[in-house]
Amino acid sequence: MTGYNFAYLDEHTKRMIRRSVLEAVAIPGYQVPFGSREMPLPYGWGTGGIQVTASVIGPDDVLKVIDQGADDTANAVSIRRFFVRTTGVRTTTRTDEATLIQTRHRIPETPLRADQILVLQVPIPEPLRWLEPRETETRVMHALEDYGVMHVRLYEDIARHGKVATAYDYPVIVNDRYLMRPSPIPKFDNPKLDRNPALLLFGAASEKRIYAVPPWTKVRSLDFEDHPFTIERWTERCASCGSGDSFLDEVIVDDKGGRLFVCSDTDYCSRRRTR
Amino acid sequence: MYVAVKGGEQAIENAHRMLAEARRGDPGVPEVTVAQIEEQLSLAVDRVMTEGSIYDRSLAALAIKQARGDLVEAIFLLRAFRATLPRLGVSRPIDTGLMAVCRRISATFKDLPGGQVLGPTFDYTHRLLDFALDESAGLDPAPVADSDLEPMPPVVDLLDREGLIEPEIPDDDNRRVGDLTREPVMFPADRDVRLQNLARGDEGFLLALGYSTQRGYGRNHPFAAEIRMGEVTVEIEPAELGFAITVAQITVTECQMVNQFRGSTTSPPQFTRGYGLAFGGSERKAMAMALVDRALRARDLGEEPTAPAQDEEFVLSHADNVEASGFVGHLKLPHYVDFQSELVLVRSLREGAIE
Repeated sequence: MTGYNFAYLDEHTKRMIRRSVLEAVAIPGYQVPFGSREMPLPYGWGTGGIQVTASVIGPDDVLKVIDQGADDTANAVSIRRFFVRTTGVRTTTRTDEATLIQTRHRIPETPLRADQILVLQVPIPEPLRWLEPRETETRVMHALEDYGVMHVRLYEDIARHGKVATAYDYPVIVNDRYLMRPSPIPKFDNPKLDRNPALLLFGAASEKRIYAVPPWTKVRSLDFEDHPFTIERWTERCASCGSGDSFLDEVIVDDKGGRLFVCSDTDYCSRRRTR
Repeated sequence: MYVAVKGGEQAIENAHRMLAEARRGDPGVPEVTVAQIEEQLSLAVDRVMTEGSIYDRSLAALAIKQARGDLVEAIFLLRAFRATLPRLGVSRPIDTGLMAVCRRISATFKDLPGGQVLGPTFDYTHRLLDFALDESAGLDPAPVADSDLEPMPPVVDLLDREGLIEPEIPDDDNRRVGDLTREPVMFPADRDVRLQNLARGDEGFLLALGYSTQRGYGRNHPFAAEIRMGEVTVEIEPAELGFAITVAQITVTECQMVNQFRGSTTSPPQFTRGYGLAFGGSERKAMAMALVDRALRARDLGEEPTAPAQDEEFVLSHADNVEASGFVGHLKLPHYVDFQSELVLVRSLREGAIE
């Protein structure tokens, strides 16, 4: 695209963001403030992830962009087009072919490798935000590793409902130190964060924070000994590929209660079908 | 068998073409030009420049045209463009005391050096629809004063001379001025960053917050000591030159609010200040900004912050309409996965409750 630098951002901005990424990698789970720029896409639509991707992408990268696990949702298409226009890099829908994957709300079902980077789009990075709205307070709580309120909240769920009533964006402890929001991935994906060989980067543009889970880092979903962490299970299988162990989207097929279930990860599903 | 919906790319392409058609409207009606917007919708241009944080009338007019008159969308367009521009230097503070005044009023003194100058204001117009405007009507030119305006010292300086108002001590020239477009806002924020945030902030949001202080949510007894609008000179002083050079003439509206303050154990009763500045003729914005600026100084002045307008984190974090409209709008994006997780959870909680 004429008039713009490779990957849109100027090199000074990219360097500033890469420094923040390095700091984030050095302190797993810690939210690094960064000078987030205004992007030509709206805040809340992936501009944090886009800035991280733009700072780490190179001409030899192969990019995959997904939203809700799918390559063909409109926003994934729009972000992929943005990078095609501004970088000309090769894109793919195959998880195993990609060197760089930007995602919203999912971690691919296909296991990632050490030579891959996964960039997650984050709306609200602060895990304590619903419990304490003030940044000045939550920064102190992180500094003191004061996470009692979160345990109390989970305990109250169990007391009231018999189980933890959080289905996505389920809080985790990274590297036995920082409480972290994994972004609104379903808790189904939380186990994939733990000791993942790939580098996981998280970008939040309007909140101006970057954080990271470096390769092979321990990530533990908060739970209690007598109420261990569990993930979603479906009695149904994917109506398209028959998978019984992937995250399923529910599809309403008529107005009489008819529904079926299909994999949310479209690449995983189509490759199972063609196998 | 359900087949995942494909063709997002084509749908986006088609939507963009429909948008272009909708922007143009009936092709039988002449197309509006950027110059017409710049000249005849000048207050829309001023607002877009102010909140878009870039002084460029024709770019703002272009953004308004492209955004079909949606000013928040136009502000977004301008901001995204601005983010790609290099930062070549920092200007000297503008001196509004030397403004070529087009409008200047004070609500605190009946008469004062330089007098009251109404200028091109909606104030005192009767809000009756002027059906004659529907046709292109001839213009009856406004009369021009015989002599130049007298010098107009800022009203607050007159109070300052008597020690009746808190002094405003300029920052050291060597202190780097904050820029929230480069560094994220950290709390508590300094006043330079707060003012920058407010200047870029949504006019409607600031108006409502300012209004709330008048209705008792953080009341601070404001008086509009002075509102002035006119042209000022922007100068930069390149280090290698050692003297200032003029780079632009810009129109701004400045509002100096004077607020009651009862004094404390260490300072005698004195008036305090609230400051508002906006590009062009954005008077409502400048006034609202001055009210909120004063409210946000609560802690600095030893007042107990109790109201939303006095809550720095609340105000600064929510004032930006580009951030806000993006985040509200993102609810339009698919949330199938999170919603599915919630469905699974709610169904299981209901089973537990029924058992």
